[in-house]
Amino acid sequence: MKSFRPAIHGWLLLLPAAAFLALFTHYPAVATFWHSFFSTPKGNRPARFVGLMQYETMLDDPIFWIALGNNLVFAAATIPLSIVLAIVMALWVNEKIAGRGLLRLAYFTPTMLPMIAVANIWLFFYTPDYGLLDQIRGLFGLPAWNWLGSRDTALMCLIVVTVWKEAGFFMIFYLAALQQIPPDLGEAASIEGAGRWYFFRRVTFPLLMPTTLFVLINAVINAFRLVDHVVVMTRGGPDNTTSLLLFYIYEVGFKFWDIGYAASLTMVLLAVLGLVACLQFFYLDRRIHYQ
Amino acid sequence: MSARVGRWLNTVAAWMLGILWLLPLLYAVWTAFHPAEFSTRFAPLAPLTLENFEAAWAAAPFARYFLNSFLLVTAILAGQLVLCTLAAFAFARFRFPGREIAFVLVLVQLMIMPDVLIVENYATMRRFGLIDTVAGMALPYVASAFGIFLLRQAFKTVPKELEEAARVEGCGTLGILWRVYVPLARPVYIAYALVSVSYHWNNFLWPLIVTNSVETRPLTVGLSVFASTDQGIDWSIITAATLLASGPLLVAFLIFQRQFVQSFLRAGIR
Repeated sequence: MKSFRPAIHGWLLLLPAAAFLALFTHYPAVATFWHSFFSTPKGNRPARFVGLMQYETMLDDPIFWIALGNNLVFAAATIPLSIVLAIVMALWVNEKIAGRGLLRLAYFTPTMLPMIAVANIWLFFYTPDYGLLDQIRGLFGLPAWNWLGSRDTALMCLIVVTVWKEAGFFMIFYLAALQQIPPDLGEAASIEGAGRWYFFRRVTFPLLMPTTLFVLINAVINAFRLVDHVVVMTRGGPDNTTSLLLFYIYEVGFKFWDIGYAASLTMVLLAVLGLVACLQFFYLDRRIHYQ
Repeated sequence: MSARVGRWLNTVAAWMLGILWLLPLLYAVWTAFHPAEFSTRFAPLAPLTLENFEAAWAAAPFARYFLNSFLLVTAILAGQLVLCTLAAFAFARFRFPGREIAFVLVLVQLMIMPDVLIVENYATMRRFGLIDTVAGMALPYVASAFGIFLLRQAFKTVPKELEEAARVEGCGTLGILWRVYVPLARPVYIAYALVSVSYHWNNFLWPLIVTNSVETRPLTVGLSVFASTDQGIDWSIITAATLLASGPLLVAFLIFQRQFVQSFLRAGIR
């Protein structure tokens, strides 16, 4: 009798959280999978089983491929850029540099702003003709440029905003990791005559590896999860050049109300996130352990 | 000699990046505090004004949006604290069949967040009749894998002797949790609370989908509605509204900088 009590208490304690998790994470994930095999109910026509039809539609849908491609470009650009910048920032504010406190603040502040506010401010920045960017161009006698309205620059503009917002956030994790590295390592290296770059490449960077892994996972998730700036700044335009996967799901699900198709699109997103999770658990976690 | 030059170059580069990083915010502050004709002209002696803030405040129900955001953040945090505490305690100190699997199932939410399950969660909310309510916005987030994980780590470091002492004093399971574990995990609670509040104060897509009236919209959604439809392109007023919306968190951050940064670190490094 006595041995059952902890088990019952354990489950009772877990129950409320488990119920909510099941309802809003596990059930919707499974339901997405299930509904991706059904048509979208319309009026008095209920959803019917259509097999892989939604997926076939998806493969033939040019906008899906554009959104997926954009998202990959977006991830491939924002992730390395923000990580490299974060490391550089952390190295700087870890040294005895003039105005260090203020500098840390400057780098970190964008993190505390809502993406929606950030997007508004940058929208103003990018405004053709009298936004700050075009005013600077004007000083050099260059003509106005519609940054967000042209296919060549729109996605790049969103990438810049994202890097600006994320780098400072990642910086603090690197800063904490740098402060864990014993200073005598650096002293020993400089006695041996090792240059700064050599020291960074052979000592600091490998020691930062666990932090890089943590930051990398976060950056990948953010690249597929955060579309607030797309909603405010471009709405996916011009010509879908800034549509990201989750934004396209949002459009299909809540503008066109095509629930079945949105479900199959969501499956792609879930597959991407699942892949990241597997990579973390089975591959990276095992390779990167120095301590 | 060359070391000093290198150091100097380093400082200059660091500050150039710093200024670049502050520029958008400074630009917004400039525009918001000056009359519209100076919004893109940088005269150092341009007159300061609060009119843009007054105009923004009058043009949209920001007071209501503030209240909604406040209610939303409070509801989510309250729910998270209760649910995550209980679940974390179960994982940290109880042996029960299925514990390992249950923990892995909880961790799934770290990757697959409610943020990406918008279509199905919307259908669920409609079934419950919770569209356009604070509850509808809050419920998907109240059970947080992140919070459970964080608190479990904290609870695991509590010495078992303390628990046994409390048991001898006649405390039950919940009594021990409340009197021993919760007080000892206080720094983790503060860290988690700050991270949660800043996340949900800034959250946008799900509230945008679930709400459709002034009575429930949080600030972020209110701001986007305001900026996209009501104002055309009066940038002075839009930036004023933008600063209003980010103000509370930004001011709190500037005052409690150290706590915020510590919290993000504590939450990040597991």
